[in-house]
Amino acid sequence: MSYRWDFTPVVTNAPLLAEGLVNTLKVTGVSLACGLVLGLALALMRLSRHRLASWPAGFVIEVFRTTPPLVQLFWFFFALPLIVGVEMTPFLAACVTFSIQSAAFFAEVFRAGIQSIERGQWDAARAIGMTHGQALQRIILPQAVKRMIPAFMERAIELMKTTTLVATIAYADLLFAANEVSQKSFRPLETYTVVALIYFFVIFLASQFARLLELRLARSGESTVH
Amino acid sequence: MTLLRVVGLTKKFGPHAVLRGIDLDVQPGERLAILGASGSGKSTLLRCLNFMEMPDSGTVMLDDKVVGRRESELVRVRQRIGMVFQQFNLFPHMTAIGNVMEGLRTVRRFPKAEARARAGKELARVGLADKAETYPAHLSGGQKQRVAIARALAMDPELLLFDEPTSALDPELVGEVLNVIRALAEEGRTMLLVTHELGFAYHVATRVIFLADGTIHEQGTPDEVLKHPTKERTRAFLARHKEFSL
Repeated sequence: MSYRWDFTPVVTNAPLLAEGLVNTLKVTGVSLACGLVLGLALALMRLSRHRLASWPAGFVIEVFRTTPPLVQLFWFFFALPLIVGVEMTPFLAACVTFSIQSAAFFAEVFRAGIQSIERGQWDAARAIGMTHGQALQRIILPQAVKRMIPAFMERAIELMKTTTLVATIAYADLLFAANEVSQKSFRPLETYTVVALIYFFVIFLASQFARLLELRLARSGESTVH
Repeated sequence: MTLLRVVGLTKKFGPHAVLRGIDLDVQPGERLAILGASGSGKSTLLRCLNFMEMPDSGTVMLDDKVVGRRESELVRVRQRIGMVFQQFNLFPHMTAIGNVMEGLRTVRRFPKAEARARAGKELARVGLADKAETYPAHLSGGQKQRVAIARALAMDPELLLFDEPTSALDPELVGEVLNVIRALAEEGRTMLLVTHELGFAYHVATRVIFLADGTIHEQGTPDEVLKHPTKERTRAFLARHKEFSL
């Protein structure tokens, strides 16, 4: 039995897939940006000596790391409106879910990065009269972030693939578009092959960019790449 | 006027009492060498003076004013007390001049050009004007420590704390750092120096303090403490240090 590959329906539906890709990148981009900011906030709260800050942060981090992202997404999209009466568009629900979910993972990356910086760096910063905040911003984070780049990249890739779940709440991302195209054309093998290639190229390009960034930062001698 | 006064300072790490009541007065222009066996509390004493470690009890007074424990107050006090560490602790993501400028820029809010000019002067003072744009990873240990000294000097400290500044250096690099410290001594700067370099302490210090078991065991002029110690433990410590000297 021989299967005859035919990519023409995929090519004719390229605009649909392109729109899906744009939507995927939108959710990924927004979640990544919000997740980083929120993740840093959670990490700083968790590292705080005040239990009122560290315990809630620890709770959020653990809950979102240990539950399946699909359940989280359903919960924000279906359950939250019932409880607090806030209707969310699929796009908003996806952004909220994946922002918090990736923040939980980023928080642990930030925490590990901050804790990996030698105590002497804090000492030197404080000895010239810096406040805790100034030391963090000027001395600790710039060094920690450099060490965190590989872990960040790993999470960002994971995030982009996790966003495929939004297709389940009828958000027209790349996978949703692929599903549509394959049903229309009866060519699922071709469609999903092309979609896999698209994911591969986007993520591959992004990780090459991250590698370049790492090499550039390695100039000052303190980095993960030597 | 007393620049620094320490009264009844104690510090414990867990159950272990490292400092058991230190009283100390430092006048402007004095240079104190602090000696003692490892574990005698030398570094902890130094670190309590600028509150890198929080003392458990006792007071630290600067210009006859008691230093409180609020961050805003500690930040101000630390600007007046420079510290040089055994492990240099340079900021690896900044060039030599970036390290020296950092306090001026971030803490004292100098405009960039002014901070750079001042930092350049401090680097020249420690003989490293030509290394301004070099990252710490490409400096020798002795050069790193000299940058660290320049970084402390840039803040115009009234008091300098040296925590074993040459202990992490290869022997052939010790001299260049001690020469810089000696030059600072000749300018009449007030300093406290924890060191194992007895010869240097003898020639540069105005007073020598020998710590044992978290208390000041013996103190006096370098000649009194290093040449004619009265206490048995001081003698034993000095004998151990001289064992292999020529």
